[in-house]
Amino acid sequence: MVNTDTRSDRPARRGTPIPGTSSARGVPNLATRSQEHINDNPLMPPIVDGKAVFDLDSGKYLKLWQGPQHPGITGNMSLELVVCGDEIVECKTHVGYLHRGFEKLMERRSYIQCFPIVCRIAVPEPDFNEYLFAATVEEIQGIEVPERAQWIRTLNLEMARLASFFMWMGGMAGAFGLGTQGQWTVTMRDYILDRFEELTGGRIYHMYMIPGGVRGDFPEGFTDRLRETIDTCEKTLQDVERTLFNNAVFKKRAKGLGVIHPDIVDQFGIVGPNARAAGFARDVRKDHPYLVYDQLDFEVVTHTDSDAYARAWVRLQEMYQSMDLIRQILDRMPAEGPFFTKLPNVLHWNVKPGHIYKKAECTRGEYGYYLNSDGSDKPRRIYVRGPSYTHAVSLMEHLSIGCNIADTAGLMVSLHTYPPEVER
Amino acid sequence: MSLKDLVTPFSVWKRALEKPYTNRKPLDSRPGADRYRGFHINDVDKCIGCGTCESICQNEAIDLVPVEGRKTKHGDSGLRPKVDYGRCCWCALCVDICPTGSLGMSNEYVWVDSDPEVFRYVPGHDEKPWNACEKGYRRAEGYDLLEPKRVEMPMLDFSESQKSFVEMVQGYSKEQAMEEADRCIECGICIATCPAHMDVPAYIDAIRRDDLADGLRTVYEANPLPASCGRVCSHACEHVCAMKHKGEAISIRWLKRYIVDQIYANDYQQFLDAAAPENGRSVAIVGSGPGGLAAAYYLRLIGYAVTVYDANEAAGGMLRYGIPEYRLPYDQVDKDIEYIRSLGVTINQNVRIGADVSFQEIYDGNDAVFFSTGLSDPYALEIPGEDLRGVIPGLTILDEVTKGQKPDIGDSVVVVGGGNVAMDAARTSRRYGAEVTILYRRREVDMPADEEEIHESQGEGVTLITQAIPIRIEKGETRRLKLIWGKAEMVPDDRGGRPRPRLIEGSEEVIECDTIVPAIGQQADYKFLPEEIAGRLEFAKGMVTVNEFKQTGDTKIFAGGDIANRKRDAISAIANGHSAAKGIDIYLTNFAAGGRA
Repeated sequence: MVNTDTRSDRPARRGTPIPGTSSARGVPNLATRSQEHINDNPLMPPIVDGKAVFDLDSGKYLKLWQGPQHPGITGNMSLELVVCGDEIVECKTHVGYLHRGFEKLMERRSYIQCFPIVCRIAVPEPDFNEYLFAATVEEIQGIEVPERAQWIRTLNLEMARLASFFMWMGGMAGAFGLGTQGQWTVTMRDYILDRFEELTGGRIYHMYMIPGGVRGDFPEGFTDRLRETIDTCEKTLQDVERTLFNNAVFKKRAKGLGVIHPDIVDQFGIVGPNARAAGFARDVRKDHPYLVYDQLDFEVVTHTDSDAYARAWVRLQEMYQSMDLIRQILDRMPAEGPFFTKLPNVLHWNVKPGHIYKKAECTRGEYGYYLNSDGSDKPRRIYVRGPSYTHAVSLMEHLSIGCNIADTAGLMVSLHTYPPEVER
Repeated sequence: MSLKDLVTPFSVWKRALEKPYTNRKPLDSRPGADRYRGFHINDVDKCIGCGTCESICQNEAIDLVPVEGRKTKHGDSGLRPKVDYGRCCWCALCVDICPTGSLGMSNEYVWVDSDPEVFRYVPGHDEKPWNACEKGYRRAEGYDLLEPKRVEMPMLDFSESQKSFVEMVQGYSKEQAMEEADRCIECGICIATCPAHMDVPAYIDAIRRDDLADGLRTVYEANPLPASCGRVCSHACEHVCAMKHKGEAISIRWLKRYIVDQIYANDYQQFLDAAAPENGRSVAIVGSGPGGLAAAYYLRLIGYAVTVYDANEAAGGMLRYGIPEYRLPYDQVDKDIEYIRSLGVTINQNVRIGADVSFQEIYDGNDAVFFSTGLSDPYALEIPGEDLRGVIPGLTILDEVTKGQKPDIGDSVVVVGGGNVAMDAARTSRRYGAEVTILYRRREVDMPADEEEIHESQGEGVTLITQAIPIRIEKGETRRLKLIWGKAEMVPDDRGGRPRPRLIEGSEEVIECDTIVPAIGQQADYKFLPEEIAGRLEFAKGMVTVNEFKQTGDTKIFAGGDIANRKRDAISAIANGHSAAKGIDIYLTNFAAGGRA
């Protein structure tokens, strides 16, 4: 087998690309560095139109299924890999392992009955579903949510972001065989889940942001405990930063892995930290502020290397940012006030007809809900835009070509793959 | 790659010196948070089995099931929620929506068993360690999916209402009715309690859909006098309404009125079922009160020729002659009656059975007879002085007013009694400018009159004296009469009934007044029945004994209304009339000569 690991020899790409431009040839350039590398290597099959051309019967290639369990990934999906030596020349993604048909289920349920369903669409980060479902219904119906509820919702979303990133961070480290940081971060996530538990009554599925507001105010002493938790988390995160981001193993394996060329960001519809690590300062919280984000101070984090390491770094910074936002929210939110506004009787609530798309910045980027109401008591159609659909299916197929099979898990995690939100 | 990158990772070892945060064995039990959504708990005595938890559950994890030792009764289906933890998603919407607040969740979450069947249980009924758990999820203060307050009904205020006979309750507007209809949770607890078993959730739903024609159809399925009932029904439904456990009951009666008020009488026929062609059989009905009219309507609908005989000038019975116009305007009684008449029911007014036409005659001339003659003889106070001028029974006053006569009541009136007739007599007297006092022998809570009638009569300036027993009536010095009454104390009833009033010896008070109005109830008068027929009927405590189809001892004679049920209200009479119509049809089709059988 040829030694194909030449990634670390290459200089990291620097410089901010201009969004929306295509390559000099005038046609979209889908090539990434790993594909260029394959094209340069005579032992590897040629790449035509972004796909490897090879003869499986030649005996030179091996078909290999990976998954559906992957380290650091919540939920299941499979990769059908064709490898040449230990390098991937073709990857087909297979989903369908946890298809529960939520979008369809919701067409058969009243609006209030959709509320306990939506959180299950992205298991580690249910809150964005809750928020967006509530927000679409509220906007179509013309319901004003009380100010305090808006702050609580924002807090909730940032807590969810932090919890989700902690789990991701553990997965990222684990995918490269660094288990220790995973143990720390999963513990930190659990501390945040403790706070969720006392606020909402549930650890994983909070079912808290109901249309009209939230289901309860803070319990006694909650803010102090939350601040303590955030302090603990911050201290641990610094340890993680020191031992993971200054770690020879992590650096060696993550740098140069899965480089997303800025040109393909818009072609694939790549969002969130994956796009920000490619230099795109795009963040729904900043670009289209919702809830109270326009009253909070934060800067969009970007990087230009666009590899697994850069993406991890962006997420690390966003975790610090999230902690900062939580503290800002606790400082600035109104001390009291209503947290719920009266809804029509939810048992026979005919939501006004209309359609609407609302979006929010989840940990993977723009998360969106499209709601189409025909004026009946059930949604005519709810479409959930989960960023993992782009990142984990089409982008993964693209990026994995030329990737070492040992790095597949690392690549998947670096794209922050959540199969549950692929299959709604 | 730098040396730093090789060395720094070893700093993880510094944490070896820190206190571990993992659990030690044996595992400490870790209770759920105070709000934790754990296993369900239910206060089964508070629960009414309305099934709203079942309706909201998107997983169909809740079933309402019969439980041992709990019977169906008014306001309680007798069922209790059974939770299936193979389906439950722990969203707690059932807790949020529970109108009685009986359902909650404990913060317990550990339950290990090898038998999957046990994870279906009836919380609160089945013995579980967490049944008494104080902690766990409850609906938070400030968050409520249901509206506990009813939409306020526009009413004349008391200063206006006591001046005239203008209808006091003005009725809901469309917006108000729809808002009020939206509060309904469609549990149907009311249906079981309504004597006529009206499909209340269905017609409230019609209001929400703004399909009032459909609402009217639903209403007429069980009640052909909705314009009247929408105003004066004793609304047992509202007393058992699940929302009453949370706040105020749905305004069921006034929502029914809303439907009827929006549709012109002339439009009824395009929305309601037409009467079947005559089937060659005839039924005579004695009395045109709600019982008689209901029987007439349902019999005519299925093809019987119906003739109603009534002693009064106009039909309606107590609806017209016993209820004052400010509660039930005559044109509304007419609206109901005219529709029934339009189906081909003949109503003969001013015909007193037993005097103008003999009962035997209609008995012989028809295939069946239904009589619902009501209670017409007022009970006497049975105290000395009752025969003095100025002692006028409540019903007489109401009757005179309906006939357009000004009752001779003078400037001050004392009404004796605590029922609706007493309230009506008092408030009618107020409208003629008299000072009115009501004497009632028990406590205010014991008064049989509707709550709102008591409240409104007081609002209109009627003085209420409770625990007062009339002793004798004498000629007055400054006024026409004086009433001597004594104070009563309440003593427990030996037979377990409500406490009874007992005169406190020696207590004696005097009220001077122009008129004394006894309104302590009335009894039936069966003198119109020929002896031979009366001999075949059974009577008990002044009431005719009937079976479930209101059939009397004479298979051809059916009876209903106040003479045949203890509730003695319009809706029970209507229900009786409806049952009798069914009974007559079953009897004539299957058992009488010339029937199908």
